[in-house]
Amino acid sequence: MKVGVVTFPGSNCDYDAYAAIRHVMGEQATFLWHQSTDLEGCDLIILPGGFSYGDYLRAGAIARFSPIMDKVVMFANSGGLVMGICNGFQVLTECGLLPGALMRNRHLRFSCRYVSIRAERTDTAFTGRCRQHEVLRIPIAHGEGNYFYHDDQIRRLEDNGQVLFRYCDAEGQVTSEANPNGSINNIGGIMNAEGNVLGMMPHPERAVEPILGSDDGLKILESVRHALSYQSV
Amino acid sequence: MSKKATVYVRLKDGVLDPQGVTIHKALNQMGYSEFASVRSGRFFELEIAGGSEDIDSRLQEVCSRLLSNPVIENFHIEKE
Repeated sequence: MKVGVVTFPGSNCDYDAYAAIRHVMGEQATFLWHQSTDLEGCDLIILPGGFSYGDYLRAGAIARFSPIMDKVVMFANSGGLVMGICNGFQVLTECGLLPGALMRNRHLRFSCRYVSIRAERTDTAFTGRCRQHEVLRIPIAHGEGNYFYHDDQIRRLEDNGQVLFRYCDAEGQVTSEANPNGSINNIGGIMNAEGNVLGMMPHPERAVEPILGSDDGLKILESVRHALSYQSV
Repeated sequence: MSKKATVYVRLKDGVLDPQGVTIHKALNQMGYSEFASVRSGRFFELEIAGGSEDIDSRLQEVCSRLLSNPVIENFHIEKE
């Protein structure tokens, strides 16, 4: 697979994503500058973590108007796989590819630590390599990861099965103690109704080798690789 | 013609405002117990250069596309 990692001014996890794809998985990866309008034939676009445009105004609010985002939206609308991690998730909600909004953490603190998340489905391009309700240990690092959506809309999201990851304890129980930021229904990651756009606050690209503390993030990236190889056959 | 527009952006009713809650708690601790709640928000001052006849609709557009996130926030505009 060929993965394009978008670099906005202020992105700081673009090299982590690149290294995970290129050096750990041995796949093709390329950086896509925010001013570019060419996705260079990539099969997967990653919007990485960081503080695009200094998080001015609202996290992701200005990055979404970057020239490359027009192409990313077109790519997603034609079925292309897009993954927004942390700040990338914020960009995806701001540009409307994903529903809802990410607000200030309920406790107002920046949280940087390992958390457990539970894969709610295994029949998606992003979780095909996970077991049902498998618990993954993946780090978070954010101040605005508190997922919010209005009551009736959250119900629709749940009914559609768009919630892919939920914060949980080590045993996979979804508890309020395991919720690091106040997200509604412990939501850590969602996808669009079509299933080709994923946004998640935890950083799978930071959990790709045992020496990093966990390699559970690889399951998500390998799911995408598997889905793409299936697609091309 | 108006020279300046001030845009006020605040969270919609029912959306939790952790900053407001924290400020309210601080006020209580300081002894200012007469306030029932605090909601935070922000404002923007836009100086108008002219050249646009439909400035009102342009302002509405700017507020809903960039200055506020319609999922969680309301805005209102005051012109001088």
